Amino acid sequence: MSDTVNANPPHGGLLRARPADGKAPKRIFDPDRSLFPEHRDGRPAIDLQSGKFLKLWQGPQHPGITGNMSLELTVSGDEVVECRTHVGYLHRGFEKLMERRLYIQNFPLVCRICVPEPDFNEYLYAACVEDLAGIQVPEKAGWLRVLTLEMARLTSFLMWIGGQAGSLGMATVGQWTVTHRDFMLDLFEELSGGRIYHMYIIPGGVRADLPEGWSTHLEEVLTQVEKLLGEIDLVMLNNAIIKSRLKGLGVITPDMVDHYGITGPNARGSGVARDIRKDHPYLGYDRLDFHIITEDEGDAFARLRVRLREMEQSVDLIRQIMARIPAGGDFHHPLPNVLHWRIPPGQAWRRAECTRGEYGFMVVSDGTDKPRRVYVRGPSYTHAMAVMEDLAVNVNIADTAALMVSLHTYPPEVER
Amino acid sequence: MSDTTVTMNRITEDLTGRFKAGSPDRPREDLMYVIVPQKEAVAAVTHLKTYWDFSHLVFFTAIDIIERGLFRLCYMLHSYSHGTDVCVQADISRDAPSMESIHTLWAAASTYERELKEMFGIDFPGCPRVDEPFALEGWAELPPMRRDFDTREYSERTYFPRPGRGKHDRKEIMKRALYPEVDV
Repeated sequence: MSDTVNANPPHGGLLRARPADGKAPKRIFDPDRSLFPEHRDGRPAIDLQSGKFLKLWQGPQHPGITGNMSLELTVSGDEVVECRTHVGYLHRGFEKLMERRLYIQNFPLVCRICVPEPDFNEYLYAACVEDLAGIQVPEKAGWLRVLTLEMARLTSFLMWIGGQAGSLGMATVGQWTVTHRDFMLDLFEELSGGRIYHMYIIPGGVRADLPEGWSTHLEEVLTQVEKLLGEIDLVMLNNAIIKSRLKGLGVITPDMVDHYGITGPNARGSGVARDIRKDHPYLGYDRLDFHIITEDEGDAFARLRVRLREMEQSVDLIRQIMARIPAGGDFHHPLPNVLHWRIPPGQAWRRAECTRGEYGFMVVSDGTDKPRRVYVRGPSYTHAMAVMEDLAVNVNIADTAALMVSLHTYPPEVER
Repeated sequence: MSDTTVTMNRITEDLTGRFKAGSPDRPREDLMYVIVPQKEAVAAVTHLKTYWDFSHLVFFTAIDIIERGLFRLCYMLHSYSHGTDVCVQADISRDAPSMESIHTLWAAASTYERELKEMFGIDFPGCPRVDEPFALEGWAELPPMRRDFDTREYSERTYFPRPGRGKHDRKEIMKRALYPEVDV
């Protein structure tokens, strides 16, 4: 556990005011549930005919929803008594489409499963195909891959933190982070030609080497992002409204983690020190110096702190990676004719730590030129469905958006 | 021999002895695919969870092996204490497929079972909300993830032709642009 430390922001001492009995601090909207609604078998007895309950749909078109999904809320007064997540508004049948396409034709497809961080899909699919085909990736390609994965992490977190601030009415932070995300996207564009979907990581390595002068641009952007993170720390972590609304909201306890399959910052915010980059190092993570960031409270505020610290860590990791990328060498292993590429039969499973937790691909080959089955394991599958449905109960309507964003859910990886 | 290999060897022996597991496929030191009979699958998964500390259900899905008339269910389990993955696989018939539910073992399992019911038509009696739609609403066709579901036929029948949608044959477009007087 020597790798585990608690994030300790400069003003953290003020935020740790908790009752001595260890319970979460009382929140300003704490409901009194002693009289209403009546509970039967541990669940509220909901009778829509009584006039005391109301169905309220949040989404699929709603500023307080993460992407194309909706929450069917049953509310009593301004509190949620039941939540049902509905997905399918974006369903494109990615897994089905992949069964009908050549291995190489799936490349432009996999990145679209997660818009804010497509690189994890590219890496995992490529890694599975390489496992099945027995391809060794050159060392330089491995470092370029880990570089793009960390850049994708930072880019995605920038988008997320803007959403978290926006869900609490603090739109200024969202404007700052969208601008800085664009600076990161400029770097991706320079590197790969694409801003959103990069299609940079391909089987056998990556598509291109670092352009000339790119590292200088990267350092300029990292300096700007670092400054921004300090400002976000000041305005968000020390904001009385954000503290009062996020503290005690959506508490995930450590015993929930395995039962619900919670991974990533949502688990680390509950003091569970697990990170695939440390536990099962892939690419070059075993040669990088970093620690697992955890918080103990398990609420939305703890998750915010974990993610903010992970953004700072990501900036540091990108600098470490840049210092380790070999100057010369191949960045791609030659492939056979990809239009007639038959992959030997077998099954491959790869996982990586994305911003939201455990991301994984299973590819099953039957020896033909198209995969028999591709399965995409996204962390939002459980975070947006089982976890969200349970955590939303007894939450104020105004806080459901903040709760949902604090779980960092993306619907495309639920419906795939 | 590393600790991981020793542990995986012991798990293999245990599964073979208790649950009639077949010979495992071990592509990596920390990963194993093992096929068990359908009736033993849930018992094997429960045993791995409770005895071998495979506390994390990574995913639960199915592969359609239509040429052999079966679905292969895949329970991917992860043990944080051993740092290993075991994928328990069970073959079930494609005709009226049904399987014992694991919703009591993990809270997330019922979502996977609900999806399998919708996408493959595999029933899990007793699983809460298993009959509720997952991603599709009002779906009356063959479950779409089955190999024999013809996506092209479905989309042509459902979405094509409709007003405002035409063919974009390049040859036809060029002919019209270059030789508008000629009948295409």
